Amino acid sequence: MAQAVQSRPPVTGSAVTPRKRRKFFLLDLYSTAVGKKYAMAISGIMLIGFVLAHMIGNLKMFLGAEDFNHYGEFLRELLVPILPRTVALWLMRFGLIAAVGVHIHAAYGLTILNHQARSVKYQGPRDYQVANFASRTMRWSGIIVFLFLFWHLADLTWGWWNAVGNDGTFVRGDVYGNVVRSFERVPVSVLYIVANIALGFHLFHGVWSLFQSMGWNNPRFKAWRRYIAVGIATMIVVGNVSFPLAVLAGIVGE
Amino acid sequence: MSHLENLVLKIWRQNGPGDAGRFQSYRIDRISDEASFLEMLDVLNEKLIGEGLEAITFDHDCREGICGTCSLMIDGRAHGPQKGTATCQLHMRMFKSGDTIVVEPWRATAFPIIKDLMVDRSAFDRIIESGGFITASTGGAPEANLTPVPKPVADAAMDAAECIGCGACVAACPNGAANLFAAAKVSHLNLLPQGQAERWSRVQAMVESMDDYFGSCTNHGECEAACPKEISIDFIALMHSDYLKAKIKDRKLISQQ
Ligand code: HEM
Ligand code: FES
Repeated sequence: MAQAVQSRPPVTGSAVTPRKRRKFFLLDLYSTAVGKKYAMAISGIMLIGFVLAHMIGNLKMFLGAEDFNHYGEFLRELLVPILPRTVALWLMRFGLIAAVGVHIHAAYGLTILNHQARSVKYQGPRDYQVANFASRTMRWSGIIVFLFLFWHLADLTWGWWNAVGNDGTFVRGDVYGNVVRSFERVPVSVLYIVANIALGFHLFHGVWSLFQSMGWNNPRFKAWRRYIAVGIATMIVVGNVSFPLAVLAGIVGE
Repeated sequence: MSHLENLVLKIWRQNGPGDAGRFQSYRIDRISDEASFLEMLDVLNEKLIGEGLEAITFDHDCREGICGTCSLMIDGRAHGPQKGTATCQLHMRMFKSGDTIVVEPWRATAFPIIKDLMVDRSAFDRIIESGGFITASTGGAPEANLTPVPKPVADAAMDAAECIGCGACVAACPNGAANLFAAAKVSHLNLLPQGQAERWSRVQAMVESMDDYFGSCTNHGECEAACPKEISIDFIALMHSDYLKAKIKDRKLISQQ
């Protein structure tokens, strides 16, 4: 609990403090807390773009196996013949992996900074005024979504666990069948629903937060920021949760 | 005038920076509801001194909400349960007879405890110093309208300049971040024409010296809710955007914004 009283460096009275040699400006920016928040916001926007497109694309499963698998094939054929098959898809994947990497690296660095900034906690209870459940659990909701991401890839992309607990086999390219087989297992559906609700909380705060981090607060649209956050979070959760529910209800099935 | 009776105060006592510190309970049998919170502590201190005990150390100066010296985390809220006021403007009528009131110092690594409820806030001075001064020469008092300032700009700069540097934003922030303080101090100069010459170097220096002491903003908004001057987190967004510009702008083009 002991803390040292700060020693006072000489008062310079000017902005000309000797600074270390400047790095390349992006690294220089990233080395500060405000810069890391820019990185989190921009990588967050990329991830939101992905999650939204992913959800909208998956709605095709309501049109039936043929449409859905055709959509999967379309993704692999994206930008053919400008690029060879699957190259565009892989470029997007690398972009997303980089975004996740930056997002987590910045979150980790800032979390450490924040813990150091209050090395001795309040000993009495806090009475928060506006900090909400979502804003105070960003690290947890983020970790849940991240762990879920691994399960999700192993289940539907790599197929490791797709056939565990059911009598089928994972068929590469039969996206529709794989999804149905996976969600027919109730615990798997529950896992998907829980993870998406965590994502919803993450985005409820994240989408509002990114406007502040990016310095976007024009009075013309400032009041909408909360609604935009609620709208995006709701859209993603409702869309994504509808898939396991549809399979369990037999609306989507073979 | 009525009175409050049988209050219990749980107050943080700590002999010095190295001491572990602990809560200690004190009873207030009867106090006027018109007493300010600090006057109530004065009464308690008189009693303690009368009993030969050591008085509770707490910060205060103007006692009218303008100097930013008073602090105190009261029942888990910076400056107590009243919105838009400093601790010195809080009155006992905000409490009820029989209440237990928990009083703690600001807690932040950058604000080490000196004794009891008093903390060292000189980390704020480090941020201010790094911002430097305005080079526009003042000379004798210039003609007031020599530099035209649009009314909305003057108002916004004034809103930021209301900051009294009390540290409630840092105390209330779950991350111990000083973004609201720094944003207010950056903005009240960066908004005005007189502050343009050092606009980018100022925001860069102040944001970077903030990193040396404080946490990082995650936009909870607790600072705005705790601020005795109700300074808006809009200024934080403004500081963030100015900081990014400071990093990428061609500073020769400062007159182009
Ligand atoms: C992979 C694991 C993840 C972790 C550990 C994580 C963690 C965090 C943390 C700690 C914050 C900062 C909280 C704040 O500033 O309010 C944050 C912000 C954010 N996250 Fe995540 N997150 C993850 C995944 C995601 C995903 C998948 C998305 C989008 C679909 C996302 C979107 C956002 C957004 C938009 C923000 C706000 C950025 C800002 O305030 O500038 N995150 N995340
Ligand atoms: S004592 Fe001056 S602001 Fe409270």
